Amino acid sequence: MENLNDPNQDVLTKESSILESKLQRRSFLQYAGAGAAVVALTAAGCRKDRPSPSFTGVTLDFKDDIGVLNYAYALEQLEAAFYIQVASNPPSGFSSAERNYFTDIQYHEIAHREFFKKALGTSAIGSLTPNFSSINFSDRTSVLAAAKTFEDLGVAAYNGAGVRLTTDAYIVIAGQIVSVEARHAAYIRDIISNGTFANSEVVDASGLDRALTPDKVLAAAGPFIKTQINVINL
Amino acid sequence: MNIVNILDEIEKVDGEIYERLNPRRAAMKDFFNMGKKIAVAALPLAMGSMFQKAYGQTTPAPVVDVLNFALSLEYLEYHFYNHALVATPTLVPAGAANGAITTIRDHENAHVNLLRGALGASARSVLVYDNFDFTAGGAFADVFSNYQTFLKVALAFEDTGVRAYKGQATVLKRNAVLTTALQIHSVEARHAAHLRQMVAANVTGASALKPWIGYAANGNDTGISAVDAVYVREQNTTQATYQITGINGTLVSQNAAAESFDEALTKAEVIAIANQFIKTGFKLS
Repeated sequence: MENLNDPNQDVLTKESSILESKLQRRSFLQYAGAGAAVVALTAAGCRKDRPSPSFTGVTLDFKDDIGVLNYAYALEQLEAAFYIQVASNPPSGFSSAERNYFTDIQYHEIAHREFFKKALGTSAIGSLTPNFSSINFSDRTSVLAAAKTFEDLGVAAYNGAGVRLTTDAYIVIAGQIVSVEARHAAYIRDIISNGTFANSEVVDASGLDRALTPDKVLAAAGPFIKTQINVINL
Repeated sequence: MNIVNILDEIEKVDGEIYERLNPRRAAMKDFFNMGKKIAVAALPLAMGSMFQKAYGQTTPAPVVDVLNFALSLEYLEYHFYNHALVATPTLVPAGAANGAITTIRDHENAHVNLLRGALGASARSVLVYDNFDFTAGGAFADVFSNYQTFLKVALAFEDTGVRAYKGQATVLKRNAVLTTALQIHSVEARHAAHLRQMVAANVTGASALKPWIGYAANGNDTGISAVDAVYVREQNTTQATYQITGINGTLVSQNAAAESFDEALTKAEVIAIANQFIKTGFKLS
């Protein structure tokens, strides 16, 4: 199974020739993953609360902070995978400044992803397989629209999940990450259309950004994730 | 604002919220229906009276303190932008710049109204423009006549705001107020990112400033030494005891490690920064 969290993958993005073979392997595994999802559904039908050994999806159990951190880990995996693909082969329409900033964002998301992986240790969910088939990575407009979706969704997800956390240190960490995601969101919105950094799409008349519960976030993120995600104790 | 969502969130923490609000659930349904029709601007006030009704005198004092602390900072920001737009209308160039500052001013005003509404009778005394000294005792003497100075101070306020909300989050643990505070916090971060781009485009020597806080040895990536206090510890690359630079064998650089996590400021640190801009007699404590 492809491992999105393999540190080597980040190294590989520096070598475009290796990357191409990596991507070919990825697309093969995406097809393999689609087959596995069917198996997972069957298995899930047998025993919902305790996946059988053949289960290839992941379960987010919101009964405690571990579940919330794994939820954040899942979203950061998705974001990191997206930006790794963009930064390694940017659309021709990107300016040099945009290439630099998307490389920055790539490493921010990798840092977030790896932080959760490390903090969760053996409690971490496995690696998710993304589904970016709806994104045209050679088209600037398509990439920016997807980036905007991911960043705004990330902000709303952290805003909605903060109240679930019971450990002070994790509440602080979530706050430290969400403002960086909001900075990304504002930057991407501004390069799509200057001045839209905090427009009424995302900030309401009371001056509040969006806050979404995990079910709504996962429903929005679902089309971009091939791996089945089970949610319990929400 | 989706008031029903907020009540749902409270219900997770306080299962009896509906009973506290009104023993008759049917009456609450009437309230929701009213909420759909009520003017959006009136919602914060409606919410404030509702929360008071629900919790009476039991609103925890630390929560009230945090909200009043936030309210003071929102007054500071609102009056700063509002004065620039209203009293010195040529300071911020017409077009995109004026539009952005107007958007930010309007958000700060909305935050003031929201917090005042939520606090109700517990809200601190109103702060007016004359209670502030936006020159910070002369350190930014031309703040309302020099667009570059104005942008520098604006950026300092926004990055301070982001760090201030973060620092109070744990006080609001498991409280629905945390969600609202986070929703304000990320808006401040959006403002900060945009202002950083405005500073990069307009302030001499700042063209490399990024939308996020870049690494600098003393934490301050703006090159404006007068605002060093706003950026203390932003050079930090260790989170929850884990070194982020090169974490798990990745190529995450020191720069990326510092940028990828914003840092919190303590209440005392924020007060020290804010009080530079507040006149004697009105300073925060």
